[in-house]
Amino acid sequence: MNYWPLLGIAIVVVGFALRFNPLLVVVGAALATGVLAGLDLVAVIEALGKAFNDNRYISVTWIILPVIGLLERYGLQQRARAVIENLRGATMGKFLTVYLLFRQVTAAIGMKDIGGHPQAVRPLVAPMAEAAAEKTHGSLSEGDREKVLAMSAATDNVGLFFGEDIFFAIASILLIQGVFESYGYPLTPLQLSVWAIPTAICAFIIHGWRIHALDRRLGRVAA
Amino acid sequence: MITYEWLYVLTGLFFVVWAVLSLRDGKRGNAAFWGLLAASFLIGSHVSDFVNGLLVLAMVGIAGLGLLKRSDPPTTSGEERQVFSARLGNRLFLPALIVPVTAVAGTLLYNYTPLGETGLFAERRETLILFGIGVLVAIVVAMVWLKPHLLAPAEEGRRLLDSIGWAGILPQMLAALGAVFALAGVGDIIGGLAGDVIPKGSVFLTVVVFALGMAIFTMIMGNAFAAFPVMAAAIGIPLLVETYGGNPAVIGAVGMLAGFCGTLMTPMAANFNIVPAALLELKDQNGVIRQQVGTAIPLWLCNVAIIYVGAFLLWS
Repeated sequence: MNYWPLLGIAIVVVGFALRFNPLLVVVGAALATGVLAGLDLVAVIEALGKAFNDNRYISVTWIILPVIGLLERYGLQQRARAVIENLRGATMGKFLTVYLLFRQVTAAIGMKDIGGHPQAVRPLVAPMAEAAAEKTHGSLSEGDREKVLAMSAATDNVGLFFGEDIFFAIASILLIQGVFESYGYPLTPLQLSVWAIPTAICAFIIHGWRIHALDRRLGRVAA
Repeated sequence: MITYEWLYVLTGLFFVVWAVLSLRDGKRGNAAFWGLLAASFLIGSHVSDFVNGLLVLAMVGIAGLGLLKRSDPPTTSGEERQVFSARLGNRLFLPALIVPVTAVAGTLLYNYTPLGETGLFAERRETLILFGIGVLVAIVVAMVWLKPHLLAPAEEGRRLLDSIGWAGILPQMLAALGAVFALAGVGDIIGGLAGDVIPKGSVFLTVVVFALGMAIFTMIMGNAFAAFPVMAAAIGIPLLVETYGGNPAVIGAVGMLAGFCGTLMTPMAANFNIVPAALLELKDQNGVIRQQVGTAIPLWLCNVAIIYVGAFLLWS
């Protein structure tokens, strides 16, 4: 077997580790992998161009930026903070745990497009988490502030990933079904999606605990 | 029938505006980069694969040479925003809800009412098309209500776009890398290697290698979807299901979730891990991943236990 195409993976790992521009790393890896697999350079460039073109739908989401930017111009982030500041007993731990549950439950019933980073995390969730943390711990150091913002994004991801598979009509469930069916194991989407529930519960417990651990740690640093 | 092509033209026009505004702002690198992306959206379907490939190489060249700069179009100050926030109150949230509500409620209506029979949208494309419609409605509503100057939405959008910069097309580029990997047979090589390291006779260790393979291959590809068919074909189906008689539903469903734990730990999953770091303007590009590793590893262990217990101990 020709193991040389694996060099493309090595390029990705080393390139990211050395902090080269990720676009350069990715295209370098693609060209190297294709050529090492015995394709000629023109064919690799064609494959790259075709795949980039076929995946344009991924970058369509940026058309939301004018909406978010416009509302931020009129104080959306400040409004999100004000809601938390006026909410008695709100802590970052409680707020992000509620958001985690909300994201898991809505994704589980098929509403995975509620939430997301440009629409929800940047304008709403992150400023609210920051305001809640400041309410308990006073103003945050730059390092702590970054941790709170990053945890907000992380919570959106964990909630989405470990909620969406409970919904039976989702791409990943259909993929699992398709693969098993091609090997002669017919499964229904529902048979698969119920088995996403134990992991979803573990994810809620583990990530919820980590959110609270971060909240407590912020307190210690401030004290 | 409305197809993705309509959406691509719309998106292309947005990027044309951003390219022109960048040029006016004296940022030629940004203008070239967003201009090329606009070209990809507007004419990508009508030119050859090779031309699309050259387009990609040109964009990567611009980004690689560091010609993409942050921009700072005029906007409101922090104090002004406080005043607006107090005056406009919680109504400010309503336009923000237009987009998700249009996408989610529209998808549900389209799929579960006779509306779907009209064939208005291309099959299985309705959510993203409705998202596009939601964006247009939200811009119009915000413009009518808040009455900023006409270029405000474009300039505010450009401020955010340039803070994301090259990371904006990284997810799309990684999807293209996945396609090249598939063409070069990388999945088969990895599957073969994973199949070779399995110790014979141990169900538990085979479960561990399967779940580990899912996580690691997902980290490499940035996507559990690419890893799943490979690992299922190499280990999941021939060994766990056929040799050891495990429950296929558990192996499939939880195997995929073990891959999702890998997604939390890799910069290759750019739209979940790198783009948010840029959107939140974090100094540490890997800041989001750093917060996720502590969740991903224990959760991966839970998945191993769930497969072992659910697919073998409870099944036989």
